[in-house]
Amino acid sequence: MTDTRYLAPQTLDEAVGAFAAAAGAARILAGGTDLLVQMRAGLLRPGLIIDIKKIEEMTAIVEEPDGGFRVGAAVSGAALAEHPRFGQVWPGVLEAVNLIGSTQVQGRASPGGNLCNASPAGDSVPAMIAAGAVVTVQGPNGRRQMPVEAVPAGPGRTNLTPGEILVSFALPARPKGSGDAYLRMIPRTEMDIAVVGVGVSLTIQGGTVTAARVGLGAVAPTVLLVADAADALIGSKLDDAALEAAAAACRAACRPIDDKRGTIVYRTKVAGVLLKRTVAIAAERAGRA
Amino acid sequence: MAKLHVATTINGEPMEFLCDPGQSLLDALRGTLGLTGTKEGCGTGDCGACSITLDGRLVCSCLMLAAEAEGREIATIEGMAAGEDLHPLQQKFLEMAALQCGICTPGMLIAARNLLERNPDPTETEVRFWLAGNLCRCTGYDKIVRAVMETAEEMRGAAR
Repeated sequence: MTDTRYLAPQTLDEAVGAFAAAAGAARILAGGTDLLVQMRAGLLRPGLIIDIKKIEEMTAIVEEPDGGFRVGAAVSGAALAEHPRFGQVWPGVLEAVNLIGSTQVQGRASPGGNLCNASPAGDSVPAMIAAGAVVTVQGPNGRRQMPVEAVPAGPGRTNLTPGEILVSFALPARPKGSGDAYLRMIPRTEMDIAVVGVGVSLTIQGGTVTAARVGLGAVAPTVLLVADAADALIGSKLDDAALEAAAAACRAACRPIDDKRGTIVYRTKVAGVLLKRTVAIAAERAGRA
Repeated sequence: MAKLHVATTINGEPMEFLCDPGQSLLDALRGTLGLTGTKEGCGTGDCGACSITLDGRLVCSCLMLAAEAEGREIATIEGMAAGEDLHPLQQKFLEMAALQCGICTPGMLIAARNLLERNPDPTETEVRFWLAGNLCRCTGYDKIVRAVMETAEEMRGAAR
């Protein structure tokens, strides 16, 4: 660690300039709950650490005039939970973010870090995908937007190009009758990594689903958008046939690994079960919204 | 290699120190500053022995860089008692034997104080979830949870 430098720029342009100039030797520091663990384990020895938390846009939570939200990439889970409105509008996204680690980890860990760490089991990612969140990234060639599901490329890898930094998440305005939810299966009750995670966002008008999105985590090299599951729900009244079709679509999307947390067979079965349970919670919330 | 100069506030006192850019705050507290009350357990954010507060927010000092303390307010276990007067949580931990080997205790106390500042009347479930990131291999947690609940009740009584 003797050749590491630390930089805490006030502006995004300065951060992008330094990140691009370091040509792969730099790492972005948001909450640090993955980065410092990787450094300590000797997996990473960055030549430059760029702390982005002094950049205002990175830690801001803004409710837009149209009802959408913009959440800075480095906002901590605890800060998001304290926002007076965010959890009312996006309870599923908030519960997914707040499931990451302990109280102490929540004090630092951010949705941007969770996405860029690119674990297939990152808890916030399925919920963000279900929410239809779009991220803004900035690099040497300027800014661009991409849907959350386009960011992960594989375990530990993203589709951000060299020098690009994740800036914020934009969540759309919610029509009346909308609700979202996130559930994960873990063998314990707290402090564990998802065996399966499901995020669902629904809009229900007059008892019929008019819009749906489903994000599925920990069952493939990246978190997945399962369009077939959403299509099975849209136009239905969430009857048993529609729910079973959506569950089957989730099972069909699974390409999991066997590991100590769960077998391929188990993860695949649970993906369908969790889909149904998560839809039930999202639908109940949609009925109140 | 150049050391970084950090000006911060620890337990209400202005402090300045030098650190390596990749050094954890825990390492700076225990090594450079000699504040060894904050313990190192896992070093990876799983055990909570290194818990401190940063601008009033509970964090693991092993998971942040010392350089990030610049301009911030840090509270460690050394600032919990007022001179010889123990904080009510410290007193209750002693009375109810909510510790055995003591390695987790500073982190437990810092975490529990932070909870009671935010929520003076937590349920047992809330206490257990709040402290889920503080591991104890001796007590089985029950005495700790009961000590936190009793302290909360006493502090509510004293505040009336």
